[in-house]
Amino acid sequence: MLKSLKLRFILILVFLVIFIVFLLPNAYEPEGELKKYLPSSKIHLGLDLKGGMDLLLELDMVKLMENMVGRKFNALKDAMITDGIRFLGLDKKDYSVLVTIRSDQREKLDNLIGNKFPELKAGDSKVEGDTVQLEFLLPEKELSTIKDNAVHQALETIRNRIDQFGVSEPVIVQQGANQIVVQLPGIKDPQRALKLLGETAQLEFKLVDEENMSKAQAGQIPDGDELLMERRKNRDTGVATTSPILLKKQSVLTGDLLTDARVQYGSGRGGIGSEIAVGIEFNKEGGERFDKVTAENVEKRLAIVLDNVVYSAPQIRQRISGGKAQITGNFTVDEATDLANVLRNGALPAPVKVVHNLTIGPALGQDSIRMGMQAAILGVILVIIFMIFYYKLSGIVADIALFLNLIYLLGVFNIFNFTMTLPGIAGIILTMGIGVDTNVIIFERIREELRLGKTVRAAIDTGYSRAWLTIIDAHVTTLITTAVLFIFGTGPIQGFALTLGIGIVINLFTAVFGSKLIFDWVVIKYKPRSLSI
Amino acid sequence: MEFREIVKDTKIDFIGMRNKTFVLSTVLVLLGIVGFIMVSMGKANLSEDFTGGTNLLISFRQSVGIGEVRDALMNNGMHDVQIQQVSGTNEFFIKTKLTDTKEEKVIEKIQQIFAAHLQDKKYDLLSSNMVGPAVGKTLKNHAIIAIVLSLIGIIIYIAWRFNFVFGVAATIATFHDVLVLLGLFFVLGREMNILFITALLTIAGYSLTDTVVVYDRIRENMAKMKAKSDLGAVINNSINEVLSRTIITSMTVVLVIAALLVLGGKVLFDFSLALLIGVLIGTYSSIFVASPLIYLWRKKLR
Repeated sequence: MLKSLKLRFILILVFLVIFIVFLLPNAYEPEGELKKYLPSSKIHLGLDLKGGMDLLLELDMVKLMENMVGRKFNALKDAMITDGIRFLGLDKKDYSVLVTIRSDQREKLDNLIGNKFPELKAGDSKVEGDTVQLEFLLPEKELSTIKDNAVHQALETIRNRIDQFGVSEPVIVQQGANQIVVQLPGIKDPQRALKLLGETAQLEFKLVDEENMSKAQAGQIPDGDELLMERRKNRDTGVATTSPILLKKQSVLTGDLLTDARVQYGSGRGGIGSEIAVGIEFNKEGGERFDKVTAENVEKRLAIVLDNVVYSAPQIRQRISGGKAQITGNFTVDEATDLANVLRNGALPAPVKVVHNLTIGPALGQDSIRMGMQAAILGVILVIIFMIFYYKLSGIVADIALFLNLIYLLGVFNIFNFTMTLPGIAGIILTMGIGVDTNVIIFERIREELRLGKTVRAAIDTGYSRAWLTIIDAHVTTLITTAVLFIFGTGPIQGFALTLGIGIVINLFTAVFGSKLIFDWVVIKYKPRSLSI
Repeated sequence: MEFREIVKDTKIDFIGMRNKTFVLSTVLVLLGIVGFIMVSMGKANLSEDFTGGTNLLISFRQSVGIGEVRDALMNNGMHDVQIQQVSGTNEFFIKTKLTDTKEEKVIEKIQQIFAAHLQDKKYDLLSSNMVGPAVGKTLKNHAIIAIVLSLIGIIIYIAWRFNFVFGVAATIATFHDVLVLLGLFFVLGREMNILFITALLTIAGYSLTDTVVVYDRIRENMAKMKAKSDLGAVINNSINEVLSRTIITSMTVVLVIAALLVLGGKVLFDFSLALLIGVLIGTYSSIFVASPLIYLWRKKLR
């Protein structure tokens, strides 16, 4: 009996020491030699306590497919022109491309498809006289590959943007088929981050159609043209206004040909207020195209379009070789930095939409921690006092178990790096209340046995063994709900489920090992004839 | 030996009170069913978590009347907006069904309105939560699945540990608790958010703790029962025997929840309130609903 007592005591003590050592960094920072040997990680705080931003982004799959089909459409058109295939019509329908040709061109087209577009599947064909309309579609498998790749690419792009924006410990993970969870703890300028992430960053260069400008203003937009908004920003007030501008729909150059983008502080028109711009650099192909476009269109205006908004539309004064250009637009340093960031990291494969945005300011987080701690302290004190008042010395035993429970619970959280949230703190507080129930059930049972006239030792033993099943039954139901909450809950709720669930399990251990140990020790050592309970 | 006791050797006829308490419970449950129907129809005070929308918590640095804030927003294009002041502070919850679009961010719009119409009032944006309608629907579905799953889990466990009659009675009592809590929150007009669902589930689990304590004793005493006729007396005795246990266990939990309610702050206030009401209902139901149900059912069997 004494031996088992010692073993149990050592077990509890070892756990206690381990957990306290692991919890130490939360209270004080060791210095010098000690630092190397002690753990240094603190309890991991959730966004609701630390402040920060929790976003759910959704990739626009319809738009993605449109882009994909559009790209195939253009590639096929270019290839047919290069190969000298005369086509009578070319059209897009849903996820397929429709080509109308004379029957005698069919063999050439089939060869082209076979050689250059093996992924395209031939669909229906309609013969009318000597013309035939052929349908080419992207097969299911190809579509799902495109979707998967797009999400991965988006994930990668967003990760790079955030890395260069500078956030410590961001979380960026895929959720479901087309959603991405982005968590940015401790972010100072949430609106800026939101803009950075929401931007598709599709960069295009388009020629301005000045001849038809007046016609467009009257509401007639010529074929092959489009009306976009040009953003102008007042340098002094920073207020942005927009005005319509007519552009050729076909872009002459796109952002995927960029190799670099950096903030540049131009000389401007002299010293103060010199203009901040984003300098871009094209790869070889882009450089050659830029060279050709500028050579052919001197005197015309070339619009720089980002996500369908015209940032500037400078006049081409001369041919520009060397593959370098500048985007201006009265940017602030932050705006230019972010623009360079998104251009450097490439466009997202499709637009993203923010479907959930939870932002917690740091002040609220600190407030929550302070209030949670106060509530916890008050709750614990109330329970401690009540237990001592009601169960006297045995109440102290229960309070010791409660204290063990608290240290163990926090220790487990720290060691396994679980995230503490505000509902999590509520869970700890609730655990203190529910946890002490275990001892209440045991104590009440012991009282009953004592009333029946049993000896102290017998009463304690029967009390524990009879109460055991009730305790298990009582807590398993709560454990079931916490398990469900953990599976279906989001971050903060998971924190609650974790503290409550782990708390209850630990409670079974501390009540049965901890408080029983003290009773056993008292019984063996002092052999009392009555019990303060 | 002397024990400190809250209740001592009680001989309360709980079974005899069943008709009165059943009336009370029926009224409360009906309230819950009305609440549930209203929630399904979207007419209850559901949080943006489930309906989609935006919720801001703003703290002004000087004293501002709720009317000023409301006028500023309402007169400038934000018609669908609910404003609630955190009592005793200059903090306001601003709630709207609007969500961000490509062209317009709700938060930016509100900030612009404040900048233009409450220029002299400085404020801090403490938190914001924008939930797209589709996300809200998903969360709602998850909440429903979670509730159903945990109830099933609990029923299976109770049915396995006890027997069918106890299992069904405990389940009815649990439904009772969840519905009553829902009904009371509906009547009080408090907001139902994800934390409220969490409270519902926690209460579903916890109220069984009390029920199990009573059932354990009923079962134990029923095994010792000689004649079937004194079933009511056995149940009454069992409840009376464990009455102090039931009260004390609930009391310790109520103590900590009260601490949370008073000091936990605005974010946790409604959550603590739901837990507090839930624990009280759970205790009531284990004595006045779950136990008389066993009596009625067993009596009918004969």
